[in-house]
Amino acid sequence: MSTTSPATPSHGEGDQPQVGTARVKRGMAEQLKGGVIMDVVTPEQARIAEDAGAVAVMALERVPADIRKDGGVARMSDPDMIDGIINAVSIPVMAKSRIGHFVEAQVLQALGVDYIDESEVLTPADEVNHSDKWAFTTPFVCGATNLGEALRRIAEGAAMIRSKGEAGTGNVVEAVRHMRQIRADIRRLTTLDENELFVAAKNLQAPYELVKEVATLGKLPVVLFSAGGVATPADAALMMQLGAEGVFVGSGIFKSGDPAKRAAAVVKATTFFDDPDVIAKVSRGLGEAMVGINCDTLPETERYANRGW
Amino acid sequence: MSSTPTVGVLALQGDVREHAVALAEADALARPVRRPEELADLDGLVIPGGESTTMSNLALAFGLMEPLRARVAEGLPVYGSCAGMIMLADKILDGRDDQQSVGGIDMTVRRNAFGRQNESFESPVDFAGLEGGPLHGVFIRAPWVESVGAGVEVLAELPAGPAAGRTVAVRQGNLLATSFHPELTGDHRVHAFFVDLVRAAAR
Repeated sequence: MSTTSPATPSHGEGDQPQVGTARVKRGMAEQLKGGVIMDVVTPEQARIAEDAGAVAVMALERVPADIRKDGGVARMSDPDMIDGIINAVSIPVMAKSRIGHFVEAQVLQALGVDYIDESEVLTPADEVNHSDKWAFTTPFVCGATNLGEALRRIAEGAAMIRSKGEAGTGNVVEAVRHMRQIRADIRRLTTLDENELFVAAKNLQAPYELVKEVATLGKLPVVLFSAGGVATPADAALMMQLGAEGVFVGSGIFKSGDPAKRAAAVVKATTFFDDPDVIAKVSRGLGEAMVGINCDTLPETERYANRGW
Repeated sequence: MSSTPTVGVLALQGDVREHAVALAEADALARPVRRPEELADLDGLVIPGGESTTMSNLALAFGLMEPLRARVAEGLPVYGSCAGMIMLADKILDGRDDQQSVGGIDMTVRRNAFGRQNESFESPVDFAGLEGGPLHGVFIRAPWVESVGAGVEVLAELPAGPAAGRTVAVRQGNLLATSFHPELTGDHRVHAFFVDLVRAAAR
């Protein structure tokens, strides 16, 4: 990364373009704000998502609802499938690696995906360590259930955070819980004095420098999206009103009755998240929503949000 | 007009907040724009960075495209960064087949011209007419300007690297466009340059 101030770069070697800097990684997520990122499993679905106005697609082998249903080990997607989706659309393409599986992440970088999601939806490869995300040119997004978890991921190099929610349930309750928790943790930090921030860092189990930065900014130093359970336009708008800067929708779109129409409606409701008239209008005639799962009947071992630490 | 012009930021999607902050630093009053009626009473408009296909899609869906074109035709000063540059281009290469732009600048822009995110980069950029040395350019899946018409002034070209010499900032009349994102750097000289243009247009 450049250490010269923007106003005084010298000519010569400093003129060479620099890739993979924290600024271009975090800046990429800034460009996605106010948008919807959709899980897709085929090039056809990717095109439907792009037509509907998605800002990016997440290339997956199976949507989380099917991962739940089928069981077994969930891994990085087939490179051919990812290539097919990259070739099908002009918008950014993201893909998931298993937690701690830095070789899957290396492969995704080699394939040219635009963002890597080190995701609890896949079966973790390491139950102690997440991947060192600073080692990559491709930026990473990671899930979090609270501020401490978010800051640990940022310390490891994540350039974007999403609240975890509970993927594949079509139930927004956990997304709400995690977004409220992260936002409340941030608000609380802004009320502490300088002396108290050291203990706050200890309690959050996060680096002091990041804790201090959040206390000063009143927000994360990276973009914060919501994920895990959004199934309707109103769900997306709810997450935006709770402070999300954008929304990931997984199974909610392609497990519904009319994916194209629902996808477009979720995009519109995300842009006009504070306008109930628009949300009402786009919520009409969408057909069946995905059926959904009650999270309080979900056994602890089947809760993806508990993966990662 | 008062010395504090009102500048809208197209808020359909993208880094709206960063532009609003930069405009405030440049002594303009920033206002989000999502509806056609919000285009009235503006002295200028910024089209932010974001995903150009999404912006275009939403502009059409919510009836903003024609009002935007009308305001550009009337001479409203507009600045577009990255996706905003694509929105101001008369012609787009490597876009969706049905991708529409507001247009106004007689140029052909190539979308994602430098490559995918792994090729996104930072580079110093000499910007004609700005004092204080080169800008720090942040290019994210950025477009470049493939060609311009006679009335278009080229303000910046890349100094080095594989795309050296490519045009990355242009102006035509009251319309300004950059491939890069000055709103992400804390250096507000491009926004100050645009706000000066807005003030001059209102006189």
